[in-house]
Amino acid sequence: MDELIKQIKNPVLSLQNLSVSYNKAKTAVTNVSVGIKRNKVTAIMGPSGCGKSTLLRAINRMHDLYPNIDVSGEIFLNGKNISEMSDILLRRKIGMVFQRPNPFPTMSIYDNVIAGYKLNGIRLKKSEKDEIVEKALNDVVLWNEVKDSLTKKGTFLSGGQQQRLCIARAIAFLPDVILLDEPTSALDPIATKKVEELLIELKEKYTIILVTHNMSQAASISDYSMFMYLGELIEYGKTKTMFINPVDKRTEEYLTGKFS
Amino acid sequence: MLKLINNIENKKIDSRILGDKIFAGIVFLFAGITISPIIFIIYELIVKGYKQINLAFFTEIAPDTYEAMVALNNGKVIPGGILNGITGTLTMVSLAAIMAIPLGILIGIFLYENASKRYSSVVRDITDILQGVPSIVLGLISYFWIVKNITNGFSALAGSTALAIMMLPLIIRSTEETLKMIPETIKEAALALGVPYHKIILRVLIPTGFSGLLTGVLLAISRIIGETAPLMLTALGSMKVSFDIEKPISAVPLLIWEFYNDPNMVDLIWASSLFLMILVLTLNLVSKYILEKRG
Ligand SMILES: Nc1ncnc2c1ncn2[C@@H]1O[C@H](COP(=O)(O)OP(=O)(O)OP(=O)(O)O)[C@@H](O)[C@H]1O
Ligand SMILES: [Mg+2]
Repeated sequence: MDELIKQIKNPVLSLQNLSVSYNKAKTAVTNVSVGIKRNKVTAIMGPSGCGKSTLLRAINRMHDLYPNIDVSGEIFLNGKNISEMSDILLRRKIGMVFQRPNPFPTMSIYDNVIAGYKLNGIRLKKSEKDEIVEKALNDVVLWNEVKDSLTKKGTFLSGGQQQRLCIARAIAFLPDVILLDEPTSALDPIATKKVEELLIELKEKYTIILVTHNMSQAASISDYSMFMYLGELIEYGKTKTMFINPVDKRTEEYLTGKFS
Repeated sequence: MLKLINNIENKKIDSRILGDKIFAGIVFLFAGITISPIIFIIYELIVKGYKQINLAFFTEIAPDTYEAMVALNNGKVIPGGILNGITGTLTMVSLAAIMAIPLGILIGIFLYENASKRYSSVVRDITDILQGVPSIVLGLISYFWIVKNITNGFSALAGSTALAIMMLPLIIRSTEETLKMIPETIKEAALALGVPYHKIILRVLIPTGFSGLLTGVLLAISRIIGETAPLMLTALGSMKVSFDIEKPISAVPLLIWEFYNDPNMVDLIWASSLFLMILVLTLNLVSKYILEKRG
């Protein structure tokens, strides 16, 4: 796998020998080394339970909270070891969007967008806040839909709008990388389409890592793809190459729907 | 032939409708039996107590037995009111709330955070036991702690302490239950923004569960507001309006007890009970309303 890291020059993220285990008996992610290309969409695919979410959550150190989870190996963000960064700085640089839209139910749409600043006690002028909110909502193509109801609760929006609001919340912090864990699996086809289009636009400014079960989604919006199986990274490369000409037999079987 | 089938079908449906009606009737009957005591109580209280409910009832202190006797003999309404009881109850309940709410919520958060730890289940068991301790025993405990050692005499503080211990388990449990209902995803959303854990609790979990916490507090207050036995051993009662927490103090239920022991004050028993009942009912209804609005 070492060539794979070298293949990607100046990666925004690089994982080295990353392993994660929930208990001593077995590892959920085993020895993954990979470099993530800047301003591209990288998809992580693989059958259910292969460790996609576990891998993703290691990148912004979400596992730290649970003392039983053991993470080993190293992760570098722009060449800097993330274990030497503070949680708040790391998570400012690496935003996350979840499977189910999860706006803060007590907050307005406006406050949800700047929640990262608000909850961390970062003080901003009113004008700065307005600017951040408008920009983030514009970026997720939600501004026109909600600009007259910014004081309404975020939970009043439709599922698809809520998910875009959550993406806005992540990008309002101006991250380098956005992690998305099956962000469309709880959405209807129309909302899914919107979020997919949005992701393609967002890669101009951000690096996106997308866990998805949906192969056509991976094929249509990702530039690079990883295929994981039983906790291991089996194959990694340009999405096109991988879909047309998979190297590993297991990748081929997965892509052709031989197992799910 | 078709007609026959139709007839049979109709009969079946008829008997089913009849069954539904009988069932509904039974449900109705039992519902009536359940709520009838409340209706009777309120009816009785209103009939017997309304005469005494006037402005003086809320603005004057309790009369002495001589004033009451004179008024009764002249066929007048008993003068005075229960102001000293109302201010006493307010003082003690506020003080108890100040003691019990922060502590109860903190312990509730602790139990939520350490749900599966051994010592958590110990704390939970103690909470359950505390909830079952008779209130008079809590009064005795407070008597030995506070009356004997701290205020050197009966005091509002001693009464509040007994009430606070009664409130604690209710608040602890409602806090834990409320927090448990908040989806994990909300917590993770805050985590992913780099928010430190204590701020997640203060700024995300507590606001999100606020209505649940408030409901718990209101129900706890409505539970203790009519308590009499522990106050007899601690607050004792007083004929003055007092806010001094180191001195004996009155309370509405204490006044009811005093009125009960005085043959001239019977009318005031009913009026004061009506007042207490309405207070408790209001607290209950408000907390129900808050819960429903949230759900
Ligand atoms: N909190 C946990 N405690 C213990 N084991 C876990 C936990 N979360 C995940 N696992 C295990 O780790 C392995 C990887 O899980 P993970 O959630 O990363 O898979 P996934 O690829 O995201 O699956 P899916 O596509 O279903 O979301 C699985 O075997 C799972 O059972
Ligand atoms: Mg997953």
